[in-house]
Amino acid sequence: MIKAILIFNNHGKPRLSKFYEHYSEDTEQQIIRETFHLVSKRDENVCNFLEGGMLIGGSDNKLIYRHYATLYFVFCVDSSESELGILDLIQVFVETLDKCFENVCELDLIFHVDKVHNILAEMVMGGMVLETNMNEIVTQVDAENKMEKSEAGLAGAPARAVSAVKNMNLPEMPRNINIGDISIKVPNLPSFK
Amino acid sequence: MPAVSKGDGMRGLAVFISDIRNCKSKEAEIKRINKELANIRSKFKGDKALDGYSKKKYVCKLLFIFLLGHDIDFGHMEAVNLLSSNRYTEKQIGYLFISVLVNSNSELIRLINNGIKNDLASRNPTFMNLALHCIANVGSREMAEAFTADIPKILVAGDTMDSVKQSAALCLLRLNRTSPDLVPMGEWTSRVVHLLNDQHLGVVTAATSLITTLAQKNPEEFKTSVSLAVSRLSRIVTSASTDLQDYTYYFVPAPWLSVKLLRLLQCYPPPEDGAVRGRLTECLETILNKAQEPPKSKKVQHSNAKNAVLFEAISLIIHHDSEPNLLVRACNQLGQFLQHRETNLRYLALESMCTLASSEFSHEAVKTHIETVINALKTERDVSVRQRAVDLLYAMCDRSNAQQIVAEMLNYLETADYSIREEIVLKVAILAEKYAVDYTWYVDTILNLIRIAGDYVSEEVWYRVIQIVINRDDVQGYSAKTVFEALQAPACHENLVKVGGYILGEFGNLIAGDPRSSPLIQFNLLHSKFHLCSVPTRALLLSTYIKFVNLFPEIKATIQDVLRSDSQLRNADVELQQRAVEYLRLSSIASTDILATVLEEMPPFPERESSILTKLKKKKGPGKVPDVEETKKERNSDMNGSTEPASVNSSAVTMSTPSTSTDLLGLGSAPVLNSVAPSSAGGSLLVDVFSDNSPAVASLAPSAEENFTSPRIGSTDVVSDDPAAAVHDADELVDKFVCKNNGVLFENQLMQIGLKSEFRQNLGRMYIFYGNKTSNQFQSFSTAVICQDALKTHILLHLFCIVDPAVDGGAQVQQILNIECVSDFMEAPILNIQFRYGGALQNMSVKLPITLNKFFQPTEMTSQDFFQRWKQLGAPQQEVQKIFKAKHPMDTEVTKAKIIGFGVALLDMVDPNPSNFTGAGVIHTKNIQVGCLLRLEPNTQAQMYRLTLRTSRETVSQRLCELLSEQF
Repeated sequence: MIKAILIFNNHGKPRLSKFYEHYSEDTEQQIIRETFHLVSKRDENVCNFLEGGMLIGGSDNKLIYRHYATLYFVFCVDSSESELGILDLIQVFVETLDKCFENVCELDLIFHVDKVHNILAEMVMGGMVLETNMNEIVTQVDAENKMEKSEAGLAGAPARAVSAVKNMNLPEMPRNINIGDISIKVPNLPSFK
Repeated sequence: MPAVSKGDGMRGLAVFISDIRNCKSKEAEIKRINKELANIRSKFKGDKALDGYSKKKYVCKLLFIFLLGHDIDFGHMEAVNLLSSNRYTEKQIGYLFISVLVNSNSELIRLINNGIKNDLASRNPTFMNLALHCIANVGSREMAEAFTADIPKILVAGDTMDSVKQSAALCLLRLNRTSPDLVPMGEWTSRVVHLLNDQHLGVVTAATSLITTLAQKNPEEFKTSVSLAVSRLSRIVTSASTDLQDYTYYFVPAPWLSVKLLRLLQCYPPPEDGAVRGRLTECLETILNKAQEPPKSKKVQHSNAKNAVLFEAISLIIHHDSEPNLLVRACNQLGQFLQHRETNLRYLALESMCTLASSEFSHEAVKTHIETVINALKTERDVSVRQRAVDLLYAMCDRSNAQQIVAEMLNYLETADYSIREEIVLKVAILAEKYAVDYTWYVDTILNLIRIAGDYVSEEVWYRVIQIVINRDDVQGYSAKTVFEALQAPACHENLVKVGGYILGEFGNLIAGDPRSSPLIQFNLLHSKFHLCSVPTRALLLSTYIKFVNLFPEIKATIQDVLRSDSQLRNADVELQQRAVEYLRLSSIASTDILATVLEEMPPFPERESSILTKLKKKKGPGKVPDVEETKKERNSDMNGSTEPASVNSSAVTMSTPSTSTDLLGLGSAPVLNSVAPSSAGGSLLVDVFSDNSPAVASLAPSAEENFTSPRIGSTDVVSDDPAAAVHDADELVDKFVCKNNGVLFENQLMQIGLKSEFRQNLGRMYIFYGNKTSNQFQSFSTAVICQDALKTHILLHLFCIVDPAVDGGAQVQQILNIECVSDFMEAPILNIQFRYGGALQNMSVKLPITLNKFFQPTEMTSQDFFQRWKQLGAPQQEVQKIFKAKHPMDTEVTKAKIIGFGVALLDMVDPNPSNFTGAGVIHTKNIQVGCLLRLEPNTQAQMYRLTLRTSRETVSQRLCELLSEQF
């Protein structure tokens, strides 16, 4: 089963953490740090698997990760999962994010944590793979968004209008991660906190 | 069109996040967060009712704060309100908050459960999915209790939507993991198996996961899934890549489902039905063939998906281990991957080949790749991959290639990563010993090991080389010469000084003839290292010096001078000082004859399993370590200490015999048996009670454990003439002895039976004491031990000391029962006692508490090793789990004492959850040894325990689980 799914950036800032086993908040943070430490010191072009850190069960568990531009996607799994299968799953996850956010970038994950959680929930549930078919996932997410919009309806319109106006003043967000292939180069991305 | 529209996000949230990101320092960030937390808190507490949008916004902020690593201790009520809302947006955010932030112990669960209940009943698939997700993510016991009855119904109902079915299957799986005892098996199980035929591949994938987990626990019940899984797999494998539309991933048809199906099949042996078996073989061949076809896409995802299926197919082939043809093909395929440019594939190929090497069909085929693997060791950039290469070399090693492999590993050791050095050292030491034809090679190898990686050479390794040198006189001279040469190096490792000191102390005389290594030169060489060494090494060297006094009388004066110097005689360290004083006196008082006796050469060590192997087994788990020939081992927990010559200073007597003879009962040597005379004072078990006339409570055995609950003498037990009844009663008595060896086995008005027992390896001895509690004589007293037929072949029992047929009033007689465990067993033997009391024939039978766990030897291991071995024992039949109510107060210390009493080593700091207990040990029987890992998870709230046992034998797991679960 999948024990945890972590996304953090090149500086170790967590962007998403989802644990399917219960740990205390402190331990969760320690696990994130430990995992970042293990993963970030590895070169590019080495293999995508390594033994898990002590906090999350040691060599009983594997960390399977991919590095996309500024972000690390790490799945911590036990021996019942196929390594390559999980590696593909990460790819599906990222491709799905890319479809849903139209050229996903780190900022999307920061400002739309709830959406990212929703997308992930369509793929993985309670540590088990729920759905691997990208079209199916996107359809579900679409349906949910439609529902959201219809609910927002008139009541939400003024708030939306205000927020749209105010958003114009926000600095433009770079969105230049393309997910076509595994190696993604992002030019001049500002460093994120 | 993007599925997530970004314009209508929450303004307040975006501003807050931007603020946080603009903070220049950690302090500023914390300040901003605290401000926001205060704001949200006041909003939540305020009088004004918040609308759904604001609640949602604030909850999102809390989520973000939580992600940054700050504790969130409020907002739960608002989240519960949100999830009870009828609006999807609010409900969804409420559930999100709960599944991220609520742990399974939360008191809110009851409220949440209410919301979930409504949503499950709503027939709205979106709401049902949200509810199922929440159950699966929290997975608490309360939730399991509330919903395990409903979910199977949702799962198999005809009108359930596919997406809900998927969620329900995984939700059930999750609850089965967290609270297996609560998930009812029933008529739904067969219908779940038929989900393998479902139209919707998403449903099939989820169902396969569920069935795999359930089948691991109840293989029988889900046997029918095998043929269904095979036919499903066959349909996928043979389909064209476009048939499965959306489930085709980069031209590979349904790779995840294929992987899951292949995993499911690994829960079972090869199918018995010929047709199914044929079809499966066909599938596996097709998968192997496809691997050879040119890729349909250049994308790495295509090859990943294809190979994910391929590796799983190979795992299944290895698991079945029955088709030589497939095994060899698998091996060749992996061989190709060994040189693949994808690092991931090389890693996985090395890993799979490791398991393949243990199959007799393919061991030779694996060996042909030795050059490639050695090359991988030298050239791989990635330490994970190199580690796998070391593992594989170790697994493929045999007599034909041992010298090459050991040499390569030694080479690699010089540059190896620090994290894996100790393991490589152990592996080299074991291979060198196991496949040594020429022991000089062995000695060279170990000395090399110390030279290259002295810091990583554990005590077991250098103890072992000394054991071997002492036991094999053909290498003693060579060893003395080699260590002498090695010690010439200006900087040598302390471990080398230890080995050198020991060996020269024993065999220095063998090279003393050479003027280049005359006694004085040897002594000076060793003494030049003395001051650089730690206290234990110095102590060892002092013992070497006194041995030199015996070996080389000509340098006695020099040595005495050294011993006499203030730095020795007045050393601040007590041990060193004592040795110096005693050795000095010994050398000056004792005659040459006495010296020669006291300082005689060490006698050979008893043959025993290499302690290094034990250590590696601890590190790696039993499966990965090739078995050394069964040797008759004599156990002594501190046997390694006995290799130190320091035993001279304890007493002259222990010098002449190996100190392993501290064995209390002398098991293994000729038994010395004495019947304790009735009413003899002291020592014997029950005497105290009877000399003291008080009928009150008495702790019967002087050595009885503290928590010993002794029955009261003078209780109103009625003597039963019916042996069956007595035996029945005694079952609980047996349980009482599972975690201890001494105590009162049985007591009634007439007599009391006490036990004292000792177990070593597969042998045991039990002292049985019969006390006559009356003032009259028992006549025709006789006893017999009865083994049921099923038990006879598993343990051998021998009762000594036929007792006098007359037992006087108040007297006590003793018998000794020798026990040998041949293989694992379930039942306990029965002790039958007959005697006449006041003319009436008394007949009693009690079960003797000889249980399988008595033959445990504890095994210490680290957390990492524990979980690695745990994983290796992952086959469904190897694990037995039981959940039970606590019968006694849940006291941590008592539980620990019981686990230790059970015979395993209690492993601290192994389980990530500190309230859990883990233990490890090896059951020794004459025929086999069974490694055993256990894990006990207490739940103090529910007053329940979950006990999980994993051993390599199903029957052992079951029996141990039965025994231990009765103890808490």
